[in-house]
Amino acid sequence: MGDGHRYIPASDAEREAMLREIGVARIEDLFASVPDALRLKAPLAIDPALAEQDLWAHLESRSRENRVPASGSQFLGGGAYRHHAPALVDHLIGRTEFYSSYTPYQPEISQGTLQAIFEYQTLICQLTELDISNASMYDGASSLAEAILMAERMARAGRVVVSDRIHPEYLQVCRTHLANLDIAIVPFGAREDGTADPEAARRALRQAKTSALVLQHPNFFGCLEEVEALAAAAREAQAHLIVAVTEPVSLGILKGPGRQGADVVAGEAHSFGVPLSYGGPYLGFLAARQAFLRNLPGRLVGESRDVDGRRGYVLTLSTREQHIRREKATSNICTNEGLCALIAAIFMSVVGKGGLRELAVHNHAKAAYAREALGSVRGCALPYAAPIFNEFTVRLPVPAAAAVERLADRGLVPGIPLSRYFEGMERDLLVCVTEMNARADIDRLADELGRLG
Amino acid sequence: MEPRNLREPEKLLFELSRPGRRGFALPPLDVPKPGRFDLDPRYTRAEIEGFPELSEVEVVRHYTRLSRLNYAIDLGLYPLGSCTMKYNPKVHERIARLPGFAEAHPQLPAAAAQGCLRLMHDLERALCAICGMDRFTLQPSAGAQGELAGIMMVRAYHRDRGNPRQVVLIPDSAHGTNPASAHIAGYRVEQIPSNERGCVDLAVLRRRMADDVALLMLTNPNTLGVFEGEIREIAAAVHDKGGLLYMDGANLNAFIGVARPGDMGVDLHHLNLHKTFSTPHGGGGPGAGPVGVKKHLEPYLPVPTIEQEGPLYVLNHQRPKSIGKVRSFFGNFGMFVRALSYIRALGPEGLRRMAETAVLNANYIRHRLQDTYHLPYTEPSLHEVVLTDRNLEETGVHTLDIAKRLMDYGFHPPTIYFPLIVKGALMIEPTESESREELDAFIEAMLKIDEEARKDPELVRTAPHTTPVRRLDEVGAARSPVLRWVPPARVS
Repeated sequence: MGDGHRYIPASDAEREAMLREIGVARIEDLFASVPDALRLKAPLAIDPALAEQDLWAHLESRSRENRVPASGSQFLGGGAYRHHAPALVDHLIGRTEFYSSYTPYQPEISQGTLQAIFEYQTLICQLTELDISNASMYDGASSLAEAILMAERMARAGRVVVSDRIHPEYLQVCRTHLANLDIAIVPFGAREDGTADPEAARRALRQAKTSALVLQHPNFFGCLEEVEALAAAAREAQAHLIVAVTEPVSLGILKGPGRQGADVVAGEAHSFGVPLSYGGPYLGFLAARQAFLRNLPGRLVGESRDVDGRRGYVLTLSTREQHIRREKATSNICTNEGLCALIAAIFMSVVGKGGLRELAVHNHAKAAYAREALGSVRGCALPYAAPIFNEFTVRLPVPAAAAVERLADRGLVPGIPLSRYFEGMERDLLVCVTEMNARADIDRLADELGRLG
Repeated sequence: MEPRNLREPEKLLFELSRPGRRGFALPPLDVPKPGRFDLDPRYTRAEIEGFPELSEVEVVRHYTRLSRLNYAIDLGLYPLGSCTMKYNPKVHERIARLPGFAEAHPQLPAAAAQGCLRLMHDLERALCAICGMDRFTLQPSAGAQGELAGIMMVRAYHRDRGNPRQVVLIPDSAHGTNPASAHIAGYRVEQIPSNERGCVDLAVLRRRMADDVALLMLTNPNTLGVFEGEIREIAAAVHDKGGLLYMDGANLNAFIGVARPGDMGVDLHHLNLHKTFSTPHGGGGPGAGPVGVKKHLEPYLPVPTIEQEGPLYVLNHQRPKSIGKVRSFFGNFGMFVRALSYIRALGPEGLRRMAETAVLNANYIRHRLQDTYHLPYTEPSLHEVVLTDRNLEETGVHTLDIAKRLMDYGFHPPTIYFPLIVKGALMIEPTESESREELDAFIEAMLKIDEEARKDPELVRTAPHTTPVRRLDEVGAARSPVLRWVPPARVS
């Protein structure tokens, strides 16, 4: 029999001995600097401690209160995507040297983390076809807000023009971040085919000096944007082009936005092996042209040499950051999403050049098949004609929220009812199809939707 | 050919890559190739230039080798001050990976995600009880985002009362995130000096408080590990002029179960689940920075909040005074699972024992090192102690050298050169996770380094000597930054 707690080594006798050695009578006396009136007189009003066995049983039963259908029976996307993560990803990040280490402030004993971030930065640059990437942001939405703030630091126009086809939560997060900073968000609309309208962008840009034009590609409704045409509109107005990417698997087949004229790509990379985990932790990424270097938020890892000439990696350009620059820093971000960046790097390494392309091709082929199938279901329509990647909008003969509810009871989640975010889209459903959905799942989806009308 | 050894540098992924290798296979495509929905080539690319081509074996070896170049809490003491590097319980990792949690999509209908919502609700209730607050938002992804969300709520509160005010007061001993967050929330930052005890100077604060001050941000215990004993008087001085008091909860490990922010006059505070509540730091995140508020700030909480309606848990987006959202979805849910596991594993007695032992361990280190290393502030320490290099001045050995030499003894160094109000600071936070033997070994190493500094200062000044790489040229790295790999042919 011991006393104390399994997570805390010191036994009662050891605590007593240490107290004697430092000349303190009772453990309470260590808290003499806390005024007596503030000290709790009773134990905290929380549930009693659980042994490991009971803890496991308790939370295992809580996890079963979710009714999560098999991945194949879900068609959910909208900023979070179902993908297969190779088993080695979780195995490798389960190494304690990765997950139980701190931010690599001491490079001599943190080369594992530092080199992995350097490689991550390189992979993100290759994927987006841009020059520089930081070490990670919290998630796609806050990364987009930071991208806008960065563009504002460069151009100081107090105005950004934003496509109304971006993820509504991303827009909401940007509004929250910009609310107190005198930066106006000016929306611009879409064409009938579902894509952001370059002419509408031009009109909005012409009205006043603008720091950035912001769009999402593929957009929230699944459509591929005409990035090059929108880049031209931004260039004419001397505004930076920021492209948000919520599904980076698309970049296995789509051109890197950097090549299409984007100055900054801000996005969400949880698709690369990070579990869905009810919305987080995820992985914001942020890449930009070289000119943005000194204005980039967040951590950066650079290559260096040690005193013996050996190659090594260090956190660098930290004079941008809050611990040095305080209120003049480029961002307040400190702890970011290091382990998620490692997951994404491992995923990208093992899936590799050929694998990411194949994965993208499969996602697109399955989504195209589903789009064709759902488009020919009686009563269903495809409101947007633009090309897609792995997500598309379908208009149902009945309100989509009710349809989702009805089918969810039958173990099928057909998509996201867009009434969750927009007025006037009661019958629209956002459907996402990935490699996790077999043809039979898609056929069942079409079949079930066919019975709605 | 040189023999391989364990200090062997590991090549970059891109240098290991060989054309034609693969580490991944998909099942056969079971749908026809797209017909009328095929992609126009103007959208597509042929390949991702430079992307690696590796087999599964090589990827596993690469990352396993990299992992061996890291220090970690499971290898020993990690005494980074204000970082609370405590043990990460293994069963919590398994619980967070339960399919019901890990595979839950955030766009699931609420009826299908009752387990997740209930868990978040349980965590919020537990944090309210532990901290003495009325509500918590779990949404912020880390401490700094919690600060930002908190300051935005404060701004909304003041605006609702007619004037958002202009200034946030921050002590000179604060973390850099405090002023950075206040700035992004649209406030002017004013620093207030610490007194000779390292605490907020109440007289200065009283003189400065006026109706232009929106908020005082206070870290308690502060970054010296000292409890702000006048916190109730500080709160009163701020409240008298209509301001609010924010507590940076980075150091909350010091008094959980002993006292509660909510009883101290604090209007709102964040805490770090990746510090106090044992979720792993992950080499730089993910964290989670929930913010607790008193009743008067509840209307401004980010959306959605989680409410219980009869037997059901629901997401409430209908909150007209809310600041909105600071990130997508609901926050770092995986961290909520681990933090609630920790709270349930410790219970009320365990949590108190955690704080007591953390404070005892810090005081033990202080007691055994204060005759050798300079102790700049002699106020009682809670969870951490700040020492300096002043006693070694004549040897030419500085704080940085002590930190580097500790690595040769097998320890991660403490936080160094912080707080900024202490010259040459060594900020040591052992946490409750360390046994007396581990503390003694660290103390012996510190005493040995003091001895070495006097006898052979060069040995210390050129440390570390046993690590995979030695001191790196950080100035050079910043002067001509190399932030990504490029193929050798492209280097010009």
